[in-house]
Amino acid sequence: MTVRLRMNQAIGLAIADEMRADPTVVLWGEDVAAAGGVFKVSDGLIDEFGPERVRDTPISETGFLGAAVGAAAAGLRPVVEIMFIEFLGVALDQLVTEGALFRYLSAGEFPVPLTVRASAGAGLGFGAQHSGMLERWLIGTAGLTVAVASGARTGYGLTRSAIQSQDPVVVLEPRRLYAEREDFEPGDGAAIPLGRAEIVQSGSDVTVVGLGGMVPVIREAVAGADWSAEVIDLLTVSPWDRRQVLASVAKTGRVVIVEESPERGGWGTDVAATIASRAFSSLQAPIVRVTTPTVPVPFAPELEDRFIPTAAEVSHQIEALLSTGKAAAPWWEREGVST
Amino acid sequence: MVGKGRGLNMTVTTGIGAERRAQLSTGPIARLERMIEIRGVEDAILKLFADGHVRGSTHTTQGQEAVSVALASVLETSDLLTCTYRGHAMALALGLTAESVLGEVLGRTVGSIGGVGGSMHLCDRDLGLLPTFAIVGAGIPVAVGAAIASKHFGTNAIGVGVFGDGATNIGAFHEGLNLAAVWDAPVLFVCENNLYGEYSRIDVTTPFEDLYLRGAAYGIESRAVDGQDVETLRREFADTIEAIRADSRPRFLEIKTYRYVGHSRTDPATYRPDGEKDEWLKRDPIALAEAAIVESGIADQATLAEVRAAAENRVAEAVRVAMDSPGPELAAMFRHVDAQSDI
Repeated sequence: MTVRLRMNQAIGLAIADEMRADPTVVLWGEDVAAAGGVFKVSDGLIDEFGPERVRDTPISETGFLGAAVGAAAAGLRPVVEIMFIEFLGVALDQLVTEGALFRYLSAGEFPVPLTVRASAGAGLGFGAQHSGMLERWLIGTAGLTVAVASGARTGYGLTRSAIQSQDPVVVLEPRRLYAEREDFEPGDGAAIPLGRAEIVQSGSDVTVVGLGGMVPVIREAVAGADWSAEVIDLLTVSPWDRRQVLASVAKTGRVVIVEESPERGGWGTDVAATIASRAFSSLQAPIVRVTTPTVPVPFAPELEDRFIPTAAEVSHQIEALLSTGKAAAPWWEREGVST
Repeated sequence: MVGKGRGLNMTVTTGIGAERRAQLSTGPIARLERMIEIRGVEDAILKLFADGHVRGSTHTTQGQEAVSVALASVLETSDLLTCTYRGHAMALALGLTAESVLGEVLGRTVGSIGGVGGSMHLCDRDLGLLPTFAIVGAGIPVAVGAAIASKHFGTNAIGVGVFGDGATNIGAFHEGLNLAAVWDAPVLFVCENNLYGEYSRIDVTTPFEDLYLRGAAYGIESRAVDGQDVETLRREFADTIEAIRADSRPRFLEIKTYRYVGHSRTDPATYRPDGEKDEWLKRDPIALAEAAIVESGIADQATLAEVRAAAENRVAEAVRVAMDSPGPELAAMFRHVDAQSDI
């Protein structure tokens, strides 16, 4: 049955569906129980599942994330909410140095089926310490999967797969999409496999690869264009779907990668390098990355709204590539704001 | 789904590890013998490094053998324990064989995880040993989580977090204790206070030496106990663990002890105050146990000499087995990274 839900409600439904199916699933986090989560993802879950399975934690990420690693090793399936992804900074050890390595350091005896959910991204005026995407902290960590929701349907599907996974998975939830509604059909069949990208729209002139909050921006940029874009929602950024991306590049010969993250060291560098080394003969033009500038996230709306790649910038870059065969400079260079 | 909903392993563990664990309950001689074995294995490890058979580093615990043996002698194999990179003694006490510990230290297939871990990374699920932690304090909240899982599944298993005095200055310690207290986690915190965190004496890193006060500060029932007499310590652990199983609430034991060696193999420990080590050597846990056994008439000196010789022979044989074991094949590094590679 099709439902129309906001992304926060869809993720909450995914958690509830998994908790109904499996009594070992528990939800821990700051204000997730009585308050229903500051972004209302877990609204009502304590009423259905009770205080043993839905627990408010102290403001103590190392403590409760570490406890979740131990609980997962001992047979539970904890879902941990990190309110803002920056808060993971104080607990990174427990995720990347402990939980992600337990399977390896136990010869497979202690898998860690742990889901870490975190709100992320800019656009709502939370300032430099509450607005990063920060998937860069995590990608490339062996033993850890990182996925990013791009709306209600994918938020639901990725969360279900993350909770079912036998390994630790981080699902990032672009905060400015929480309130966006989408029609979709929930249920067991709606789980989205981790590690697989989706073709949002088929096309022949250019492959546009996006992630999370950039997917709606790309949709807007390509709508009504007189060129044909193949839009790929990467969904899982580590490990990302090489097969799907390389197959698309073989078809289109041109690639634009759109990231809500600073140019330096972004996930797109890995995608671009892989395409350049494995599909060089398919390429008809340079690989283009559309990113944020390498600066902290600014607060003032006129700054923050330009910091995030816009649909206008994405379509400008695509059209410049198609018409000149070259990569255009980013907006801050074209407009003389910065070099 | 395979593995989904799997709880704590409550089945009776069999095999050599379980036998070795059970031996610790048979009497003071078995506990003395294990302490001698631990001392022998750790002395052998230092020699293997000194002779150039291993690269990297290792951290040994000569002088603290009573702590691990007393603790392991009263734990069930379903209890889950986290301990530090100074973990050879705890692993051997819990029941890992000398071959599996020495093999892991040497990076050989006979090691407890096949040689991919090394000295700081020992593990055995059947004996309740979570992967040992090379990050100071990191195992403390993990032990709390294991205890919460036990409570969720309604088992009688507890979590145990073993760490040193140095760990009481890191955030994970404070966050883990606070969480255990507010969530009523059935967890035992064991702080081995050997007076040194890495190369630094406690008085330059910590405002006071009675670290049980830090447990008490979180509303956790906390005590300090002597760590050199294995039989007294065993009773302390037994009473404390019984209390945890009864009311499902955390306890904190500070164990006053001492390591005779430096932080790691490259540390000659020249920073110790004159005479400090000599004072502690007078209360060596192995010597104390031998004296108590003779005094109580359980065994005479001749019998103890046989016990010692048997343990030392077994260690020498284990060194040979570990040295003869091959190193891992290249494919080993690709295994157990995630569920897909878990073959």
